[in-house]
Amino acid sequence: MSIVRHPLFRPLAALAILLLIDLLLIPGFFHIEIKDGHLYGSLIDIANRAAPLALAAIGMTLVIATRGIDISVGAVVAISGTVASMLIGGTMVMNNGVPEYVANTPMVWALCAAMGAALLCGAWNGVLVAGLGLQPIVATLILMVAGRGLAQLLTDGQIVTVYYEPFFFLGSGYLFGLPFSLYIVAAVFVVTFLLMRKTALGLFIQSVGINPVAARLAGLKTATLIFFVYLFCSACAGLSGLMISANIKSADANNAGLLLELDAILAVTLGGTSLAGGKFSLAGSVIGALIIQTLTYTIYSLGLPPEVNMVVKSVVVFLVCISQSAEFKNMWRRVFPARSKGIAA
Amino acid sequence: MSGAVAGAKPSHPRGLTSSPYFTSLVTVMLLAVLLVAGGAAYPGFLSLQVMFNLLIDNAFLLVIAIGMSFVILSGGIDLSVGSVLALTTMVSAWLLQTWHVPPLLVIAISLVMGAGFGAAMGAIIHYFKLQPFIVTLAGMFLARGLCYLISINSITIEDPFFVAMSQTQVPVLGGFLSPGALIALAMLAVAIYVAHCTPFGRAIYAVGGNEQSALMMGLRVARTKVLIYAFSGFCAALAGVLFSFYMLSGYGLHAQGTELDAIAAVVIGGTLLTGGYGYVAGALSGVLVLGTIQTLIAFDGTLSSWWTKIVIGGLLFVFCVVQRLMAIGATAKK
Repeated sequence: MSIVRHPLFRPLAALAILLLIDLLLIPGFFHIEIKDGHLYGSLIDIANRAAPLALAAIGMTLVIATRGIDISVGAVVAISGTVASMLIGGTMVMNNGVPEYVANTPMVWALCAAMGAALLCGAWNGVLVAGLGLQPIVATLILMVAGRGLAQLLTDGQIVTVYYEPFFFLGSGYLFGLPFSLYIVAAVFVVTFLLMRKTALGLFIQSVGINPVAARLAGLKTATLIFFVYLFCSACAGLSGLMISANIKSADANNAGLLLELDAILAVTLGGTSLAGGKFSLAGSVIGALIIQTLTYTIYSLGLPPEVNMVVKSVVVFLVCISQSAEFKNMWRRVFPARSKGIAA
Repeated sequence: MSGAVAGAKPSHPRGLTSSPYFTSLVTVMLLAVLLVAGGAAYPGFLSLQVMFNLLIDNAFLLVIAIGMSFVILSGGIDLSVGSVLALTTMVSAWLLQTWHVPPLLVIAISLVMGAGFGAAMGAIIHYFKLQPFIVTLAGMFLARGLCYLISINSITIEDPFFVAMSQTQVPVLGGFLSPGALIALAMLAVAIYVAHCTPFGRAIYAVGGNEQSALMMGLRVARTKVLIYAFSGFCAALAGVLFSFYMLSGYGLHAQGTELDAIAAVVIGGTLLTGGYGYVAGALSGVLVLGTIQTLIAFDGTLSSWWTKIVIGGLLFVFCVVQRLMAIGATAKK
């Protein structure tokens, strides 16, 4: 019974069921081979494609843990991708008859500028929520509406294409046989996890989520905490924007990261974090992102029309939310009084 | 009346800034300033037909914003309206073109479908005590997904009734309005009556002010909440019908992001996002402000259309901050 009660049991079970379906229905799903020293296979592909979403979900987890929500994540992705792509750009220079690509701005500076833009967005959200006390959904709605406009203003509404090899490494490079994006996600996850578990920060964030007033009266600097949570969420979104634009080798202010905030919220919810705040699981959110990507991959591989994806996703959200609600658990207890002790916990 | 039910929200009118009309008044003044500035900068901007076109082009947004006002007044939010609009255009086009269902029946089916969709979400929100935000988000995914299940391409509507509705020009005061704009105005009149003169309207304000006390007062909170979301779904479907008159096609990508425009219009119109405070009529001024900004940018010709988004975001910011400061001021005075 103790395994069933573990918070990661449900998301892991969901992922396992999905993988089992894939094992039965998709031939060669678990086949992994080595080509040119890189690992190739469906599983690697899923993990690689889930990376930007996993990053956004890690940031979103902390925001939701403080009882907030950040719906500007997609706009931040568009902004950071646009800034990086514009600064890097890239032109072909013939050097002794060998074509060489040169960046407009040194890549390090471009990446710093992009992350700086993302941090500014986060600071903006943080000031509105923590400083002015606006409702999180409203405060971030402003950036969600205006952010894409700003990104388009930067690019004059054009899609910016990048021609600079080293930048692509962020999105599609390989290190020791595995996609480089996985290392980024792993690094962000480990740092965040250690901060939350080995310092008191995790406890502080949880107490803000459970009762902000009580947390403040207990001497916590709630406003500062909330500010940094939004800053962190935007930083994650900015990193994810760099990854996305490096992967598609361009920045499209209109479509980059469109509806990513919703997928991130879904990933967080699937991972067992309650939208009411106070209880969170970083590992759960990463697993949630993997579930979403596996679901998408399965739908595509089964030859179903991609349109089914949205319907399935929405049904999953409905089911997960309803199964999380206390009312449903009460109903369940009434219908199955004998068995409920373990399940309802 | 709204002062009495607003409860903990800024009430007890003292001076202009704390009067319940204040934000609504600011919006109307802003609208006047925008119009005068437009009239001064561009000849012909203030002509009657430009004003009427504002209404014709934004009729569907007005209808959606009316439904959204009800939801926001009750303290909720409905993110599914844009998708329900798209689904309605899709279902209408599909029924008309593939099944040759009579147009009036198609409209009736669409409206019932929209109301049913909203009612289902309202029931889930109320009975499972879930956040409206997440439930309507799932509804948004579902409705968009259903659009693509019907067809991933746009379907042209050739039905004579729909074509007639899109081309009719109803002469009004020397200009003309489209039937869609007239329907939207009629809907606004009905909504104002319902919100301010019926028990249902008072229940909405009460639920938005404080759901717990509404329950203790013996109001039927469950019925009210389900009806509010049903009404919002109905409005979204009606907006979908108006939109298909306007565009003469059904398409899954129609009206993407409209839910945010509608929320922005309602907030700019002076309704508090925490619920229980504001006027349904504010939806009209909010929609007109958004429409005027768009028209100004179109008249200017040198500004790109993405400026609209930035200006709307900026306005949203200003209004939210003003609301917040007023709320802080009201608490400080007590």
